[in-house]
Amino acid sequence: MPDFTLQMPRGVVSRADDGTGSKSTPLFPLEVTGLTFEAGNRRPIDKLDFKLSAEGVTIVMGPNGAGKSLLLRLLHGLISPSEGTISWAGQQPHRDVQRRQALVFQKPILLRRSVAENIDFVLRLHGSADVVERSQLLARVGLNALSRQPARRLSGGEQQRLALARALAVRPEVLLLDEPTSSLDPASVQMIEQIVSEAARSGVKIIFVTHDIGQARRLASDVVFLHRGSVAEHAPATDFFANPTGQAARDFLAGKIVL
Amino acid sequence: MAFGLVLEGNRDLVEIIALSLRVSLSALLISCIFGFALGTLVAVTRFPGRGLAIVSFNTLMGLPPVVVGLLVYLSLSRAGPLGTLGLLYTPTAMIIAQAILITPIIAALSRQIIEDLFLEYDELFRSLGLTVPAMMSALLWDARYSLITVALAGFGRAIAEVGAVMIVGGNIDHLTRVMTTAIALETSKGDLALALALGIVLLTISMLVNAMALSFRATAARQAHA
Repeated sequence: MPDFTLQMPRGVVSRADDGTGSKSTPLFPLEVTGLTFEAGNRRPIDKLDFKLSAEGVTIVMGPNGAGKSLLLRLLHGLISPSEGTISWAGQQPHRDVQRRQALVFQKPILLRRSVAENIDFVLRLHGSADVVERSQLLARVGLNALSRQPARRLSGGEQQRLALARALAVRPEVLLLDEPTSSLDPASVQMIEQIVSEAARSGVKIIFVTHDIGQARRLASDVVFLHRGSVAEHAPATDFFANPTGQAARDFLAGKIVL
Repeated sequence: MAFGLVLEGNRDLVEIIALSLRVSLSALLISCIFGFALGTLVAVTRFPGRGLAIVSFNTLMGLPPVVVGLLVYLSLSRAGPLGTLGLLYTPTAMIIAQAILITPIIAALSRQIIEDLFLEYDELFRSLGLTVPAMMSALLWDARYSLITVALAGFGRAIAEVGAVMIVGGNIDHLTRVMTTAIALETSKGDLALALALGIVLLTISMLVNAMALSFRATAARQAHA
């Protein structure tokens, strides 16, 4: 098991602060207005409106095809909306904003390198190649003993933990996670949830996509519930789970099939 | 008799082999520099005419050596644009011809390999905000085992070709005679022993190159780089 007593790697002290001065500009509130994404004749994201604060873990939930992963990519600036705006405290999701965030993909994208080199790659990009920092990051995800292994030879859970460690190497102010625990074993899920919770406590804003209701209950400060590309509900977690207002959310929480 | 020549280290034979290796390895080095850079650039960037560039690379992979030889000959001959350099019938002219011949092969094959890898890495690179040069260097490094195989394929093509080096080198004894041109000459003269000896060496080099390519692929697979 990883040593969770280790210091968080500075969480809110973003690497974007290293000389650029851009850290002085806040990223929150995040305001999404009329956000639409068209693909052919379809609108997998259709006129989304919501506002997020800097604190806690925002869980984005919804049935398959609701547009959760797409929303994360739009927020991170990997794709551009067809209509509407995303405003990180008044800034568009351009490169400077993007560098203060990290995205963990549902299927980890690992470099064809060793575990350690995957971390070093990001550390070097941000002007550091600190062996101690790499070691701390790997210890936090329980991979220090495997640091010389080829990353792609790791198990699914280990690969996702490595992807998470690499995301934390960015020292993000915002950590976006796209169903990082889908198809992982319970031990890996628990470890990832612990790391995410620690990151949130250290001041990193978490935006976490999942359709695991149990996981959402464990982690959420607030929930954005998507249905058919729209925000069906956005509420504090306690309210959402205790008293969902919309039929789709009620059915989803009841375990019914929501189309 | 042919084996005897190889085993006794016949001086002429050694000289021809050494020149062949020098010319082909120099051409390979030049081609790798330009070919990998071009292939990677085309793989990671989008620009008008990119499709045409890819089609051109692929078409030029099958460039006939004699045509390359003729073009280089015309450029380097006294009346040609580079005639004043006095390079015709020198090893340098042979290096130029072979480099022109194999650069498209290296560019086309590396473009395909890098593009496949880029498709895997694309979202990660964009998420990390990598610049094009940073992307290129990361991709070249991560694809290194496959690219070594590409380089070996280019070397195999260079060392085995005869048409271009014959035209621009002239097959001059002790100056521009390489294995392939020597084999052609000795066969026409009826000195089959020397021709066969050179053939044995050429085949051995070809086998070594293939063994190395196989070894690199095995290393790549072992290290999960493939």
